[in-house]
Amino acid sequence: MSPEKRTLKKSITFKKLNEFFSTIGGLASFSGYFFKSLFVLPFDIHEIKKHMDELGVKTLPIVSITGLIIGLVMTMQSQPIMVRFGAEAFLPGMVAISVIRELGPVITALIFAGRVSSGIGAELGSMRVTEQIDAMEVSAINPFKFLVVTRVIACTMILPLLTIYVDFIAVIGGYFALIITQSMNFQYYVDSVLTSIQFGDVIPGVLKTFVFGYIVGIVGAYKGYTATNGTEGVGRASTTSVVVSSLLILLFDTVLVKITLWLWPT
Amino acid sequence: MADIMVKIKNLTKGFDSNLVLDDISLKVNVGENLVVFGRSGTGKSVLLKCIIGLMIPDAGEIYIEDKNVLQMEINKLNNVRKQIGFLFQSGALYDSMTVRENLAFPLIRNFNFTVKEVEEKVIYALEMVSLKDAIDKMPSELSGGMRKRAALARSIITEPKLMLYDEPTTGLDPLTTKEISELILDLQKKLNMTSIAVTHDLICANIIADRAIFLKDSKIKYEGTIQELTSSKDTFLRNFFSTESIIS
Repeated sequence: MSPEKRTLKKSITFKKLNEFFSTIGGLASFSGYFFKSLFVLPFDIHEIKKHMDELGVKTLPIVSITGLIIGLVMTMQSQPIMVRFGAEAFLPGMVAISVIRELGPVITALIFAGRVSSGIGAELGSMRVTEQIDAMEVSAINPFKFLVVTRVIACTMILPLLTIYVDFIAVIGGYFALIITQSMNFQYYVDSVLTSIQFGDVIPGVLKTFVFGYIVGIVGAYKGYTATNGTEGVGRASTTSVVVSSLLILLFDTVLVKITLWLWPT
Repeated sequence: MADIMVKIKNLTKGFDSNLVLDDISLKVNVGENLVVFGRSGTGKSVLLKCIIGLMIPDAGEIYIEDKNVLQMEINKLNNVRKQIGFLFQSGALYDSMTVRENLAFPLIRNFNFTVKEVEEKVIYALEMVSLKDAIDKMPSELSGGMRKRAALARSIITEPKLMLYDEPTTGLDPLTTKEISELILDLQKKLNMTSIAVTHDLICANIIADRAIFLKDSKIKYEGTIQELTSSKDTFLRNFFSTESIIS
């Protein structure tokens, strides 16, 4: 590689690293401002409910399909292996625990990030570049409180509900996979699932989705709120929202798994 | 009450190495309509954004009715902002809200009006700009002129003492430009407002201006009435206004 190319590569790497750390720093200070604004009146309950409604309805079809497929695929993949080890009776419980503890929360959060974080990034980005956010500010309205806080709260509240729903659908999907290959009584399936699941399986899975929901909301809002350079900036805000929020979800999941295992040992 | 609505002292603002406003001082009297001319990128909009607090200057002082807005906390600044209307170049209508909701929004958020009072004020403001029929339309359904009217109605709905116009007629045809300019003048008389308008548009400036300033090389280079500026023997001004009048 020629020295020029090496220098160029170094400068691109440096630029990307710089961008990454700027985003992390910006996000941290944006989050700080979010918590500071959280307790400032007015609370905009109506606006939060409106966003929860919109986000929930928007995401419901895709998470329903995803949930069903997770359950189906998990069961179809695991069944031959469980048969090999003579543990077929544990299949419903194993699928349910995998879905409830890990797959349901993480996959729902990733789908939610793709659907919602990009939407928030694009919406707020478009409002930023068309001066609508400035218009609020000059009208003595706090745009951060009205646009950001309400959306982040809505994301934080709606994702746990969606996750519970996806967990349920995935468990039903698991039953469908079983009845394709063998006849199994639905009552027996439900009993197997319920006796396998413990309190310590459900609560950590649901609790971490509050964090994931917050990440989706705050990253989308941050990217949109700080968008620059017109429509190009809006597109970038939308794309990078998904990338950054997905990455943060996976990183935080690693930490949260460790914390939840410590708090609720299996 | 102060005779001077806006007083700017030694205002300086730059972006990186580019100095946009350099040591600008300016006074705008109560009831006066000041037009700010200048070529693109000479800091006209930056001046307005500094006045309203959307941009923080690097140096200088800005007084609105003798209150230094640059030293105010956000709550106090917002109280001052409630007395100021701002018409953005693009209109900046909230595109997720109808015209009615756009107009009602600042009233609901900032004042304790009843639903009936808000409705009356919205209708009154829309009647003033002849846009009552578009009350339930979304901004995307409006033409350029209608958007400007709706944005104008939204900025005057709180009956501000000071109006700031950022290119109020950009992108409009000459007839609509004339209509909007006459509307601005009419509203100012009715509501007894002071105004600062940033524009390139000679038609608009001719109709609304009591006094005009011209920004060049980051400073106020020329000041006077529109007639004085347009009939100036200065080569730069003659070139600028002759080109503007051809475009108009």
